[in-house]
Order: sequence, then structure tokens, then C-alpha cells
Amino acid sequence: MAILIDESTRVIVQGMTGRSGTFYTDQGMRYGSQYVGGVRPGKGGTKHLGLPMFNTVAEAVAETGATASLVMVPAHSAADAILEGIAAKLDVIVCVTERVPQHDMSRVKQALAASETVLVGPNSQGLLTPGACKIGVMPTGSAKPGPVGIASRSASLASEILAQCSAADLGQTTTVGIGGDALHGIGFVDCLKRFKNDDETKAVVLIGEIGGREEDEVAEYLSSETYGKPVIALVVGRHAITERKMGHAGTLSMFKSSTASEKEALLKAAGVHIAKDADAVVSCIQAVL
Amino acid sequence: MNLSEYRSKELIAQFGVPIPQGRFAQTAAEAEARARELSAKKYVVKAQIAAGGRGLAGGIKFAATPSQVSDEAGRLIGTKLVTEQTGKDGETIAGVYVEEAVDIADQAYASFVLDPKTGAPTLLASAKGGVAFEELARMDEGAVQSLELSADTANLSKFLEKLGLSKVDALASLLKKAKTAFLENDLLLLEINPLALTKSGDWLAVDAKITLDGNALFRHPALEGLSDGETMTANERAAHENEINFVKLDGNIGVVVNGAGLGLATNDMIIDAGGRPANFMDIRTTATSFQIAKGVELLLEDPQVKAILLNVHGGGMTVCDTVAEGVAFAYSRSDRKLPLVARLAGQNEDWARKILKDRMLPVESHPSISQAIAAVVAKSSGRAV
Repeated sequence: MAILIDESTRVIVQGMTGRSGTFYTDQGMRYGSQYVGGVRPGKGGTKHLGLPMFNTVAEAVAETGATASLVMVPAHSAADAILEGIAAKLDVIVCVTERVPQHDMSRVKQALAASETVLVGPNSQGLLTPGACKIGVMPTGSAKPGPVGIASRSASLASEILAQCSAADLGQTTTVGIGGDALHGIGFVDCLKRFKNDDETKAVVLIGEIGGREEDEVAEYLSSETYGKPVIALVVGRHAITERKMGHAGTLSMFKSSTASEKEALLKAAGVHIAKDADAVVSCIQAVL
Repeated sequence: MNLSEYRSKELIAQFGVPIPQGRFAQTAAEAEARARELSAKKYVVKAQIAAGGRGLAGGIKFAATPSQVSDEAGRLIGTKLVTEQTGKDGETIAGVYVEEAVDIADQAYASFVLDPKTGAPTLLASAKGGVAFEELARMDEGAVQSLELSADTANLSKFLEKLGLSKVDALASLLKKAKTAFLENDLLLLEINPLALTKSGDWLAVDAKITLDGNALFRHPALEGLSDGETMTANERAAHENEINFVKLDGNIGVVVNGAGLGLATNDMIIDAGGRPANFMDIRTTATSFQIAKGVELLLEDPQVKAILLNVHGGGMTVCDTVAEGVAFAYSRSDRKLPLVARLAGQNEDWARKILKDRMLPVESHPSISQAIAAVVAKSSGRAV
């Protein structure tokens, strides 16, 4: 088992005919994932990488039975691509696109609230269930199946931790890149809930950083819940200079985000095992498994 | 990307939000001339920086006559103003906004943001506005109330009434115009404080601040290049133009890392090991070897830097050899052969090590981040070369 995607996931790619779309679709297919089609207005009826192309997501879903989508379109049309996927009732949409305007994500978030679709990203490296399915742009060479679930805000650090885990024979159920943007789809708490219900996941690693409230929300969730599986967290940016924020205390207090050290303290109090740095995550997992 | 007061107010005024009469000036003489044009009973001279907290920091002065306006402007322009929001270095005052002073009967606070959890456009408001708002909001979180803004704003007047505000219909009308400005310009923050009720019974936006979404500027060409209080140094800007996020720090270890998360993790570990990073670096996934070389050159040119740490995890987008090529290129163009400690892992790591070796860079490689950091910290502190 795994979360969000597995060998039965049927993937379409929005923006498949572009340079990146072509490259990462090819990589996903080589990995053995079931890519079943692509979407690009005007290219309906043609083939690309041997797969049928469609003008709309709805047509692609009707024809191929797709359940998931990889969005690889430019930033200015990313929100519309995601909204089209939500309207077509896809289970999972992975958006890799960076620099999506926040007001566009505002519309997307409101559409998500009224749907069952899970959005991963934007600005995400994607989803990887080793040996079964890859939707995204992450490397796969160092991933292998096993008992660890990983959710990360950072793509580079997730690659690093994943490689260290695999080298220590700690394979993964699924790695989720929740993305680095302020307004994003799936968050840490939703990942934790899914990993909780996944029998094969024996421990969960969260890779967090300064800014935002993801880690704070994890602390709130785990404090009010008997989770039953060890959770390990790495929170980076302890020594980073804090970004200058504009706006008055009132705005900031409504949307306050804790420092890395404050996040560590909150997580620790909620029973999370804290890895002191990027090289300490593996020993932390080994200690609790 | 922040806009200072006068630009923020000009923008909301275009959407019909009432603001006091005012003019921008860059010299004392100009300020005096602007004051004469306004011919008000009393004036306010306001330092234009892109940060709040000006009132308490002495950046807002009252003046009775245009010649006093000139005196106050002369004292402000060109000096550095340090407020709670500027950081210790403060921000240089490039100009002042000369405004007709308003007789204020009551002050409120309002801001528009996207709720970070739901993404919904949200109004935050308080019946207690003005310079003391900061302190108040910190002490009493209940002092600020939020209202999610749906397309239908029928509930707005009721919300304002509940806050204890008067003339709510006029205020609601002002806020609806402000909301349009917020939505139509892709703003991340529109803050109006104080929102003043004059003695003659009108609501006015006496101060405003705006944060733009840099990712949405393609839709708003008129707003491009308007950002005030740009705190980026020349080097940081050069790096940005080369697809590299670069922040200058005051240490002596140059850091070359791909990815923001790995960059933060690396700097944490350097400091924990007793070293001092000279920079934070995040090579964007779109950067080419030539662009990366530019980032490395900035480090080689910095006389403070004693050694360089290369920590790369080759991922699906940035592979190790791309970074190694960039580093080798920068070294080939520089006379400063600073010791290089490399930790390369992931996609194409062997190839990258071969590039560094073949180009005869003064490099030593380590298999783990901790080992590489221990080595570079030793080199930077003059121990064991």
C-alpha cells in the first residue's frame, strides 16, 4: 500500500507537449507508472510519446479513465489547468509549476474546498510511490519501497533525506512534496492522516522549515490525537535571518508563523522526534522503528 | 515587493477610495512648493519608506506653514529611519509626502489579505487604529476581527457595526472600493491604518501600505518597477538575474547549494559546527551552468570569503554536473583559487567529481554533509589547510 498514488493510478499530463512535459512524462513512463494520455488544447486526436492527446481534461478522463494529473503548464495558466482537473473530478492533481500568482491559488483553494480532489503543490516536486508510480520531477534512482512515509516542503532536502534513508535500507511507502508556496494544496496534517491509515507506513518523516504554519498545525493535530506511529521532524532555518515582514502586528498576529526553534519546541511537546540536522534523520528513524 | 505610502494611496485612489490631498516631494524646496499648492490649514510631512512604524520612529511631522514643511522635509530627506519594521539598519528616506492634516475624530484599522489557510480574500479590521495599533494588537488578539469576503458584501456593514464603528455605510462603501483594488491588482496585502473618521464625518484612508505579488506582475505592467525600499544589494540582484537566490551574510564560508531547503539545512549545520556562512544560496532549478558560475564568482570576488562549500544533491531538475561545470567555469575566470570542499550526491555525482578533478580545482570531496562542513569550517578558520 501507499498513499495517494499506487500501481493502479492512471495519469494524464496537462501541458505534455512542452519540453519539460515531454521529458518528465517520458521519465514517469520509464519508471513504470501508468501514463495514459495528455492534454493540450488544439492537439486533440494526435499522439505524443505514443499516448493519445486530448483538448480537455474531461475528454481525457472519459476516454482513458485517468485518476490523476500532472500539471506542467506555465504559471499564468496553472490555476486554470488545476481548476479544469478539479471540475473533471480527478482524485489527485500534482502541480509542479513555480511562481503561480497567489490570487489564482485563492480561486483554486476555494474550488478544492468544495471538491474531493487532492491538490499537491504548486511548486512541488510531486509524488513518488517507489516501484509503483511517479508523478513529478523528483529523481527516482535512490528511492526504494519500504516502511517510511515522507512529506516535505523542500524538494532538494527531500531528495537528500530520501537518499540517506534508502542507503540505510529504510525504503519509503510514498514521498509527498507539499510544495514551497504560501497557498498550496495538501499539507502536512492531511499527509499524516493518510499515512496513519496506511498499514505499510511504520514511521513518518516531516521535512519542514521556517515560515508558514504547517509545523504548528502538525503540533496541534498530534496533541489532540493518538497517532500510533512515530513521527520524526527536521525543521531547517534555525539560524536563518528572518525575512522582513511588512504589515502591522494585527495582521501578523492573525497569521503568525513561528521560528524554526519554536516549531521544534511545539512539535517536541506533541510527541514528535526532532532530528537535529539533515544528517541526523536516519539515526532518528532507526531509534524509533 | 512593498509600495510606500504615496504609491499605495495613489493606487487605491484610482479605485475611488477617498484620501486626504497630498503631494510627493524629493527635496525640501519641492516640499514647500507642494505645500503652497495644497494651501491647507495645517500640514503633515511623512517620510516615504516601505515599512510601517514610522509614527513612533519620528518619521511623521506636523507643520503649520509651507516654510515649516520645508524645514521638516529637509530634516527627513536623505536620513535613515529605523522603525520596528525596517531592521536595525533602517531605510533611507528618499522623499516625503506632504499632506493636508486631517482633523481626526476616530481612527480604525483595516487590511485585506488572503487567508493563508483557506486562500479566501479576508478583511481584518479593528475599531482601534492609528500608531498605537501595533501595541494594542499584540496585547489583545481580540482587538482585530476578520471577515471572509464573499462576492456579496451585504454583511459588511453589520460586521463594522459590531466592531463599534460609526457611519458604517460610508465606511463599507470605502472598503468595497478598497476590496476591488486588492482583488484587481493581485495584492498580497493592502493595509489602511489609520482609517480616519474626520470631524466633518467622512471616512478617509490616511495611511496605506501595499505588498505586491511579484509572480502576478505580468498581469499588471503598470505596477512593474514600482517597488520601494528594495533591500537587495547589487550582488544579490546580480544573482537574482541569474536564477539564483542569494542573501549576503557576514561570515567567511562561501556556500553553493541547490534548493532553498538544502540551503537552510546547510547553513544551520555550518553555524552549529562553529563556522560562519558568507551567504545563503539557492540555485533555482532553471539555472544554467553559466548562471551558476555568476553566483560562484560573487563568492570568489568577496575578500571576506576564505573557503567555499559546495553542497549539491542532484535531483530531477538540477543535476550535479551542471553545478560542477558552473563552479569550474567561475574558478577558471578568477585568480583567487579558494579552497573548495565538495559534497556531491544524487544525480550525476560521479560525473561532477570528475569535472572538478579534471579542471584541477583545489577541491577535496567528502561523502556526507557533516564531514564536508567540518572540513570547510577548519579551512575557514585557518586550522589544518
